[in-house]
Amino acid sequence: MFKKTNSDAATAASSKIEVTPAMFSSAPVKVSAKTGLVMAFFTLLVLLAFGVYGSPKGVTFQLNEAGTWLSVPDFTVSSNAFSLLLGGILGFVTLASTALTIANRPTPMWLSLFFGLVGATSLLAWLAAGASVPLPFILSNAVVLAVPIILGALGGVMSERVGVVNIAIEGQLLTGAFVAAVVGSLTDNLWLGLITAAIASALLSMSLASLAIKYLVDQIIIGVLINVLVIGVTNFLYSQWLAGDGKNSNFPGTFEIVKIPVLSDIPIIGEALFANRVTVYITLLLVPLVWFMLFRTKLGLRARAVGEHPLAADTVGINVARTRFWWVTAGGAIAGIGGAALTIGNVGAFGREMSGGLGFIALAVVILGRWQPFYVSAAALLFGFAIIMRIWANQVSPGIPTDFITMVPYLVTLIAVAGFAGKVKPPAASGQPYSKS
Amino acid sequence: MKLELRGITKRFGDLIANDNINLVVEPGQIVSLLGENGAGKSTLMNVLYGLYQSDSGQILIDDKPVDFKGPGDAMNAGIGMVHQHFMLIPVFTVAENVALGNEPTKLGGLMDVAAARERVREISDRFGFNVDPDALIQDLPVGVQQRVEIIKALSRDARVLVLDEPTAVLTPQETDELMAIMRQLAANGTSIIFITHKLREVQAVADRIVVIRLGKVVGEAKPTSSASELASMMVGREVHLSVDRAPLKKGDVVLSVDQISVRDDRGQLAVNDLSLELHAGEVLAIAGVQGNGQTELAEAIVGLRKLEKGSGKIVYKGKSVESLSVRERLEDFLSYVPEDRKKDGLVSEFNIEENLMLNQSYEDDRGAKFVRRGLLDQAALKSEAEQAIERFDIRTQGSKSLAGKLSGGNQQKVVLAREMSRPHDVLLVAQPTRGVDVGSIEFIHDQIMKERDEQSTAVLLISTELDEVLALADRIAVMYRGKIVGIVPADTSRETLGKMMAGVTA
Repeated sequence: MFKKTNSDAATAASSKIEVTPAMFSSAPVKVSAKTGLVMAFFTLLVLLAFGVYGSPKGVTFQLNEAGTWLSVPDFTVSSNAFSLLLGGILGFVTLASTALTIANRPTPMWLSLFFGLVGATSLLAWLAAGASVPLPFILSNAVVLAVPIILGALGGVMSERVGVVNIAIEGQLLTGAFVAAVVGSLTDNLWLGLITAAIASALLSMSLASLAIKYLVDQIIIGVLINVLVIGVTNFLYSQWLAGDGKNSNFPGTFEIVKIPVLSDIPIIGEALFANRVTVYITLLLVPLVWFMLFRTKLGLRARAVGEHPLAADTVGINVARTRFWWVTAGGAIAGIGGAALTIGNVGAFGREMSGGLGFIALAVVILGRWQPFYVSAAALLFGFAIIMRIWANQVSPGIPTDFITMVPYLVTLIAVAGFAGKVKPPAASGQPYSKS
Repeated sequence: MKLELRGITKRFGDLIANDNINLVVEPGQIVSLLGENGAGKSTLMNVLYGLYQSDSGQILIDDKPVDFKGPGDAMNAGIGMVHQHFMLIPVFTVAENVALGNEPTKLGGLMDVAAARERVREISDRFGFNVDPDALIQDLPVGVQQRVEIIKALSRDARVLVLDEPTAVLTPQETDELMAIMRQLAANGTSIIFITHKLREVQAVADRIVVIRLGKVVGEAKPTSSASELASMMVGREVHLSVDRAPLKKGDVVLSVDQISVRDDRGQLAVNDLSLELHAGEVLAIAGVQGNGQTELAEAIVGLRKLEKGSGKIVYKGKSVESLSVRERLEDFLSYVPEDRKKDGLVSEFNIEENLMLNQSYEDDRGAKFVRRGLLDQAALKSEAEQAIERFDIRTQGSKSLAGKLSGGNQQKVVLAREMSRPHDVLLVAQPTRGVDVGSIEFIHDQIMKERDEQSTAVLLISTELDEVLALADRIAVMYRGKIVGIVPADTSRETLGKMMAGVTA
């Protein structure tokens, strides 16, 4: 029984927050204020460090290569004034996000992305005070560096969407890189290198898939073992074979840069997206393709069903094991192409452990991008950008300690994951083996 | 379509789940499969649905033998199944769930969302289901989710529909609606196999009643049979459906819950400004459909879940228990039987002795029975376990048997033995007889009444089974969407309680 003395207060309170069926499912969830706080921090950083205490020297933004069809002149602004302007925009976004939080609605992903873009621009303006920012060069390199991460993460998305945790992305990338270099070199045919890289990585994924799906071995353990195995095997082959015989077996060169007319002349992004190697174009096709497959086709619906509730999928006649097997395998093939992009799409030769942790970054990117191909690509580009910033910033402003610049991208990423990723929900059956008794 | 199961036998290791079962279902018939938990009803239906392969026996459709390698084959043959635990994907829409596995597509495997939506709308309109094809499953009440399951089966032209314990999650009103739907489907020529252990429902809706016990068909009963006839057929002996109770000797308020709010795991307010008072020597039952905040309320009382900041308090004999840890609450006054014994009540891989000492593993001055200088006292453990086995009638090979190997009823008796053997003033029992055989139900109910009558314990019973609530309670508090709709005396009619369970204030 309700306490008599409190009954008035109780009725008053209950009439104020009347719970209707529709509200019950959504309204009482509190949206975290985290995003707004992180945004406020970065806004202040830009306003103070880059703006108020920044250098008044001019910074020149180079928007496209000279002499192109749709030439846009470079523009020069004062570094700190520009940062103050950008800081103002950031402040506005922060307010919008805070308003949404107060209205108990989550900040949309695109707003967070826009915030990151503006913040990155102000970082460029600050670093290059008194010099120029070659945007086409930076973006084009960011894209090239991001390609292996995007493709690795895309493979990870395909695997996790059907419920198999794939931490073997590192091994898949390394396999792809090695096979592409060696086959491309021996046959003198880069396309053959690319295809064999995809096949080799797909075969590796098949072993992961069959151990995980048929023999129900713990997926994390298999992933770790595959990574260690691939590192060991490629190191061995590199030192015993490639190191001595580099001219024949490890000198494939790279795909040529193909300029797509008109599109490559678009300011800022044209150079990066449309004057690049075929590996970049393949990525540009695969990202929307995987998205379309997952969210618009029958196969994708079934795949996601298997990753969310395998028993339910089974009861409507979907073969859970087969679905998982082929999606993991196809994801492996895509990650293999990502590996090939490291060698025949960028460096032109295989180096010992050259994936250098990109596979693990891809793993983080899968989560940061919420298992969605487009968001995953955006997150991967952030990492590509971070890597090229490290290289470029060293050249343009030697006054800043190298170690600090090296650290910044990772710091930003850490905060981005913690602040923007929010409470993400993985496919419900991810990592869970499915077996009928 | 005529369906016949002939001599179906299914073994799991040494256990014979189905022993030479024969069953014939004529078109448009509602056949009830009545049996206790673990009698083998679900196993039989999973064989029919192709999820299990039978060891011997045949399935015949219109007198022709068929062979189901998987659910896909069964569905193609016109068999639809609504599982006890819904086979719906929470993050998909209704249309996507209905389409799954049988998707309308356009060129190139592209999903034809419009056609999927139309299919749902058509069936929903035909039977007056009132289901929105674009709603996400996770936003729908369970009653509607169940209709989605039925739509799913009908969209595949199911002519035999299997409903596995469909009323377990429904309010009495929703149950009535479901029965109306079943009659309507049967009138249209769909055969229905209705699996349940609830006698009332069988009497209300079945054309024929087939009783299964220990994996065997023990006979057929007429829908006009009385409840006690059906019960004794199901259990194999005379059953007392009522509980003996002494007159109420209501004492002082022992525990009071004062305007508390609690959030669930998803951050939603599951308990919303709720108050109640519990007296010594009474059984206060919290009735309500599952998922209306009962779990969170229990966890808040035990201290497993924090109260919402700024909301009320829980008071034991005049002092707030806010600052007490779970251990302190258990030692001070509380015994707790959680609703999910396998997950929260026991450690399956521990034996009975170890399970009996789970929350008494400390070595201090408060009745440390089992630990001496950091070591387990094996002799004390064994004698405690043997006493418990004796007193609580736990059917087992010995005190070293693993809890996971016991039947549901015996597992529950282990939990009860542990909780009732400790000193306590308040007994919080949640779903004490879920998945428990009838014999154990009688025993468990008697034990709870003994607590009330002999120990003057304040019993807070949380149950979704209206029969159980009516049998045990002195007062009934009906919970709906995190609030108490009202507290009513034990002689309140089922109909009134049903309305309250749907949120209508008494």
